[in-house]
Amino acid sequence: MTATERPVPNYPFGPPEGLNLNPTYARLRTEPLVKVEMPFGGEAWLATRYEDVKLVLADQRFSRAEAVGKDVPRVMPPIELETSILSMDPPEHSRLRKLVAKAFTARHIERLRPRTQAIVDELLDRMIAAGPPADLAESLAWPLPMTVICELLGVPVEDRGRFRTWTDQILSLSGTEIDQTEQARANLDGYLAELIAQRRVAPTEDLLGQLVLARDEDDRLSEEELVAFGVTLLVAGHETTANQTGNFVYLLLNQPELWQQLVADPDLVPAAVEELTRFVPLGASAAFSRIATEDLEIGGQLVRKGESVVVQIASANRDDAIFDRPDEINLTREQNPHVGFGHGVHHCLGAPLARLELQLAVGTLVRRLPGLRLAVPADDVAWRVDRLVRGVRALPVAW
Amino acid sequence: MTDTRWRITVDHDVCIGSAVCAGTLPSRFKIVNDKSVPVESDIEPDDDVLGAAESCPMEAILVVDAGTGAVLAPEV
Repeated sequence: MTATERPVPNYPFGPPEGLNLNPTYARLRTEPLVKVEMPFGGEAWLATRYEDVKLVLADQRFSRAEAVGKDVPRVMPPIELETSILSMDPPEHSRLRKLVAKAFTARHIERLRPRTQAIVDELLDRMIAAGPPADLAESLAWPLPMTVICELLGVPVEDRGRFRTWTDQILSLSGTEIDQTEQARANLDGYLAELIAQRRVAPTEDLLGQLVLARDEDDRLSEEELVAFGVTLLVAGHETTANQTGNFVYLLLNQPELWQQLVADPDLVPAAVEELTRFVPLGASAAFSRIATEDLEIGGQLVRKGESVVVQIASANRDDAIFDRPDEINLTREQNPHVGFGHGVHHCLGAPLARLELQLAVGTLVRRLPGLRLAVPADDVAWRVDRLVRGVRALPVAW
Repeated sequence: MTDTRWRITVDHDVCIGSAVCAGTLPSRFKIVNDKSVPVESDIEPDDDVLGAAESCPMEAILVVDAGTGAVLAPEV
């Protein structure tokens, strides 16, 4: 059969199963881009190889902004409407990113280390005092990044119950819940608008306060952008790290030799965080569409102007052209240029913060609870479903 | 017109190859072997380069006034 006769497969290739990467990707990596039928909006090109994924992510001829407000191929039911930083191209994207980039540089994030360590310790004090078994997701993985991003932005941490529910609803992939998704987004926008209004009465020095000044004094972003930016920072600031913390600890406890390796040599923790970032297919599937703004060839495949391309980061991170024995977790891997935080202008703004939180969470567990183990068989750990990112529903542990 | 020139350097011990710079300003930065490299290191003043330097998550991009050596980006 020739390529043109081959039927276009439905994407994703099956429901996510725990942290397993669908084996179809390994097969597809032998070819350039392939056409897939997305759950909504029709066909897209899917990039699975490391070099192709990086090219699509870094090349300005693939536009995120062109996907806004259109029925483009996608995995989320609603059409992307709001202009958030995630869906902007340079120079608009650069204008917004610059406003907060300084606060998220590795050097500035390093200053949060003592406070973040204190939060980890307080959370673990409480978990240890209550005694085993404990749900590590609720005891540590969720409250840690939630508390840190709240303090950084200036969002009252007491309100976290409210916006966690809205965040959950916004990031749902279930096609029957579009009304609920839109309502949740409206609630979250309204909540941020309230916090912004408070800052106009009583200015604050937190990140949200700085953004309000950038709007009111320098007109560097619109009111709509200000609200959307606050929402994005709050949501992106905790959801991914919370899920990743649970995923990392699950993998380490499921392969006790890895856990023991860290207990024996805690200096490996930063490298372990990089390796697990490479290994975990955090995104349930390829997600955000990019639109080609001109005809171009990528990996030998012609992509026509106007066509959509989606990239599978997790597949790129398993490309054996780059990584030796890519399907194994190797905590002492020497070359690890993974794209777990993305690549190009949308490279995760919060990557230094995520690294700090993950290193302190894993590092403190290894030090304080070296006997940590899963309190249930690994197969009984339940996974969240219909989500953009993978994560445990709960992670029962004992020590 | 001014004769002022700027010099761009990227510290490869610090650069993580995120490509925020090269994605933002492909005319000024490119990624070679997973590290950012200025397309030209000696340039006429260009405020977009300061923006790219300020957006580097690692603050690996240094922009100086070639004549005086004054640091233009990143801000401390």
